[in-house]
Amino acid sequence: MDQIFVSIKHAILNLAQTFLPDWTIILLSILISVTAIAVFGPVTMMYLTLLERKLVGRIQNRYGPNRVGFWGLLQPLADGVKMLTKEDIVPANADKFAHFLAPVVIVIPALLIFAVIPFGRGMVAVDLSIGILFFLALSSTTTIWIFVAAWASRNKFSLLGGMRSIAQMISYEIPMVLSIVPVLLVVGSFSTVSIVEAQSGLNWFVFTPWGFVGFLLFFLTGVAEVNRTPFDLPEGESEIVAGFHTEYSGMKFALFYMAEFMNTFSISAIVATLYLGGWQGPFLPSWIWFFIKTYALIFVMMWFRGTLPRLRVDQLMGFAWKFLLPLALVNILVTGIWLEFKTPLNHVVTFAILAFCLTVLYLVNKPEIPKKRIYRYAYQD
Amino acid sequence: MFFGFGVLKGMTVTFKNFVLSYFSKERLTTVQYPEERLPEKERFRNFPFLIYDNKPEDLRCVSCDICAKECPPKCITIVRDSDEAGKPLKRPKVFDIDFSICMNCGICEEVCPFDAIFMDHEFELAEYGRFEDLNYHKDDLLKSNEYFAKIRPHDAAEVDARLAEKAKKEAAAKTVAPPAVPPQPPQPQQN
Repeated sequence: MDQIFVSIKHAILNLAQTFLPDWTIILLSILISVTAIAVFGPVTMMYLTLLERKLVGRIQNRYGPNRVGFWGLLQPLADGVKMLTKEDIVPANADKFAHFLAPVVIVIPALLIFAVIPFGRGMVAVDLSIGILFFLALSSTTTIWIFVAAWASRNKFSLLGGMRSIAQMISYEIPMVLSIVPVLLVVGSFSTVSIVEAQSGLNWFVFTPWGFVGFLLFFLTGVAEVNRTPFDLPEGESEIVAGFHTEYSGMKFALFYMAEFMNTFSISAIVATLYLGGWQGPFLPSWIWFFIKTYALIFVMMWFRGTLPRLRVDQLMGFAWKFLLPLALVNILVTGIWLEFKTPLNHVVTFAILAFCLTVLYLVNKPEIPKKRIYRYAYQD
Repeated sequence: MFFGFGVLKGMTVTFKNFVLSYFSKERLTTVQYPEERLPEKERFRNFPFLIYDNKPEDLRCVSCDICAKECPPKCITIVRDSDEAGKPLKRPKVFDIDFSICMNCGICEEVCPFDAIFMDHEFELAEYGRFEDLNYHKDDLLKSNEYFAKIRPHDAAEVDARLAEKAKKEAAAKTVAPPAVPPQPPQPQQN
């Protein structure tokens, strides 16, 4: 059961080996992995939209979609048909080529990230030695296409959204990369597979002081990275219509959503890989553990969406530069100390340093609430 | 409380909503319309209907054309019926109400001196055609007095009492006192 998908692939390859030349087997192997990801990505996206609507509905004491099919399970298909048949509107003054290119290309990095996600034991499309670097590089290219879409639309709301997106990405990319460094220090490899293997048993990194802080840092920056609430300033509906996708309709709009939801999934998957032990876990098959952890994180993201209002731009920037960045730097130092000391001592020392730094950062970042002003003369009897 | 406590409090509230909405029915205020319905309110009024007393032939409408004249969007069309000799009869030949024009104001009910037209509770009136499908003819509009008593019992009791009193008075006038003075023209009943 653990290796069911790997076994299926090998069975297909063995069957093909009987009548195909050897060099095609490698191609076929690649083709199978690519097909699996190319099917899995969009289907995940479709059902994440349904899941999000259901969860947010329940959070607001509504039912959510339940009309199309049993439990509304066919709702994504109905939405897909709707999106495909809608009119595709291109503004008269838009840069037609870039306007067309942006939504098409934005899906590619989102899909490519799936290649390095270890879905289970031995279930990774390519075990790149620079897996995490690959993920970071690709996830930040999404921003370029968001800005291309914003610029090509020739619309002030789009442009504002795109510029917000750039500002946000630049700010959050730094604590994001720095929060991964502790894991790389401990594991000594960029490969996602070896990171998961380093957390065998229940030695997940989240159970260590630096791992817990790193997990929070990486998860929060990840939420910001995929433009989800409360960090959804680039598409703030109540302020700038729809941000960078104001001028998009029909399937192009759906492609932006596809990219966003696939990024949501892959960020959750990478967080699970880095800090929650990936597919490591007792009793259940490895890929079930992976999906449990990933969907738990996705649930938290949707829970955020159902709860928190959007941040203000200065709050967003302040949070990144004044809280997350120093904490990420301290976390790297703490990880070095963790590696130097022996087991009982390093827990105490790292916990103490992190607690101290958190307190200091908390006190420094505490917003100054002015005292209630009392007008002496106005209320004088 | 400490900084960030408000966020945690909000998260607790939404999580409580999320979990409890699966268990307590009271939290979900949505009425799943085609399967579940809210109970009808008696005073609810929508499209008008024509009332008849015992059988569909003797409807109360005398084709006086008051409702058609009073109707603000002019959605009522009435053509008076006549016998072979061309003598006009006290019943409509054509009574059409165009639902695509009707605005459900209920003025027809208020002005009718013969208590012949009343507002209905029917609201699922969607049709595929815009013109002829929404134009309701006399046969579509006819509904019995029992139906009226069922949907609006208070109004029906009041109307029935008034009509019974009127009938009794007429009967008494016919039997006891032959008209010394010419009979008064029927006063329009104020509803």
